[in-house]
Amino acid sequence: MERTQYKQEINMTEALMSRINELISHYPEDKRKSALLPVLHEVQDAHDNWLSFELQDKVAEILHIKPVEVYEVVSFYTMFNQKPIAKYMFEFCRTACCATRGVEDLMEYACEKIGANLGDISSDGMFQVVGVECLGACGYAPMLQLGDFYHEKLTEETFDQLIEDCKAGKITLHDK
Amino acid sequence: MGKKILLEKINIPGIKTYEVYRQNGGYASVEKALKTMTPDEVTEEVKTSGMRGRGGAGFPMGMKWSFIDKKSGKPRHLVCNADESEPGTFKDRYLMEHIPHLLIEGMITSSFALGANLSYIYIRGEYMWVYKILERAINEAKAAGWLGKNIMGSGFDLDLYVHVGAGAYICGEETALIESLEGKRGNPRIKPPFPAISGLWQNPTVVNNVESIAAVPWIVMNSGAEYAKIGIERSTGTKLISASGHIKNPGVYEIELGVSVEEFINSDEYCGGMIDDRPLKALVPGGSSVPILPAHLIYKTAAGTDRLMTYESLSDGGFATGSMLGSGGFIVYNDTTCIVRNTWNFSRFYHHESCGQCTPCREGTGWLEKVLHRIENGHGHEEDIELLWSIQSKIEGNTICPLGDAASWPVAAAIRHFREEFEYHVRFPEKVKNRNHFVAEPFVKSKDVMS
Repeated sequence: MERTQYKQEINMTEALMSRINELISHYPEDKRKSALLPVLHEVQDAHDNWLSFELQDKVAEILHIKPVEVYEVVSFYTMFNQKPIAKYMFEFCRTACCATRGVEDLMEYACEKIGANLGDISSDGMFQVVGVECLGACGYAPMLQLGDFYHEKLTEETFDQLIEDCKAGKITLHDK
Repeated sequence: MGKKILLEKINIPGIKTYEVYRQNGGYASVEKALKTMTPDEVTEEVKTSGMRGRGGAGFPMGMKWSFIDKKSGKPRHLVCNADESEPGTFKDRYLMEHIPHLLIEGMITSSFALGANLSYIYIRGEYMWVYKILERAINEAKAAGWLGKNIMGSGFDLDLYVHVGAGAYICGEETALIESLEGKRGNPRIKPPFPAISGLWQNPTVVNNVESIAAVPWIVMNSGAEYAKIGIERSTGTKLISASGHIKNPGVYEIELGVSVEEFINSDEYCGGMIDDRPLKALVPGGSSVPILPAHLIYKTAAGTDRLMTYESLSDGGFATGSMLGSGGFIVYNDTTCIVRNTWNFSRFYHHESCGQCTPCREGTGWLEKVLHRIENGHGHEEDIELLWSIQSKIEGNTICPLGDAASWPVAAAIRHFREEFEYHVRFPEKVKNRNHFVAEPFVKSKDVMS
């Protein structure tokens, strides 16, 4: 991926910095690096849910570590997005238990509904359907994750409703 | 109704909040331990309980505690493993969501036993809303004086924080979890040294599963001997089982170890029987890593005795005819399930989740996924079945952490018990082209099909 392919406006607000400092205080003074994962979540949530290299450099600076120590972590963990995502990304659990309860058919339905192939962002930038591995909701399948929350025991009807709620601005992505 | 230890109070309205939890006897184990017991006495009770670690490996918890290095004088840590990611497992989440203070109480009492003054709960990143529930609960406990300096005037200090992961199954392995807690990629460490000697920041560390820690308050209040009376033989106590798949009532159930598998699947108290009353085809009793059992080995062992929900009975017969209790991720399959597709699905999972550190796992899981994919989609060759067997045998035992074994076992067991189904896929490619082929026409072992 080209470093310059996607641009992102960086805005480290006072509220964000105060939360970051609180997270850093959870670890011994000489172990600032330990706060990396929680800090990346906060920073990503505050920046349209993705992390540009510039933003990752900023995190390195805050934690007093080298940029590569951030890059190698961001590229390892699936919840960190290295490029822009749709406003509402539906992450369907596709692992075995959900598969027994019809998630594969539901994912096809969802792709059709948003008018984009699996993984692609819809033309209006609003929606995206992706398949992820086990989310720990096996008994409530099929299900998806949207932001910080799970939507479980889905049917085509409840998925339609979810799309409507997104369009109506009724869905909050993060619990702050 | 079996005895409930962890979920006993789960239905009390408001039990999620500090006030209600406290009014119902919450935090009594902290009072009892800090005021009337020594740390070693708490450890002794846990040892006597015989409880085996509830994360999956089943290692005796009291013994694990006794390995922690108290001589070096280095700071010690307790880390709770709430990275629950084993497919089929969703029990820890249930506990943390509905009764978060039980885990926090367990963390305080256990940290006291280990002499840990800085402890963490490592929760998987996807459980973001549960992370927030725990953070709020910790703040409540702190405000009430259960955390911080000189708790209850006992001289014991404890700081407790939640640390959030970011989507990596491998971080459920304790040394990968520690790496991740240090802000690094989740690559498991070579052992020894074990975390009890050199763990978080090279300090002595104990890593325990949520369910294990949540049982400590009961053990402290009622004694290890009382706990050991529940269950059968070396499977003492109760266990949370996450039931999913083709059953009427999927969900989390607390059982006394020793309930029969037949009762667990069919009783209305638990799974409530099979959906649409279709026949049972297979069972994965302990999370995706454990060997799958075919119908004739589910209710009875190969020796003909009743199969029970215990560590011993589920593994009766070894891998030839048995499985494992594992994490209690209980996945039930009916006759419409394609075992090849399910095995491919598992292999895709392990390929995706391999950290990439060891060659046999990094490359081998990819090969398993690819070969299974082609068999499932009607492009397989007869020799592919032997190829799969060969790959899995070369991963098992040849990796730093157990993820390699976990990727191998489901493939080996599927071939061992359902070889005809793999052969059918290879011989009749046109019949398996449709993804839901066995929903339309369930696979029946018969000479007519195969001859």
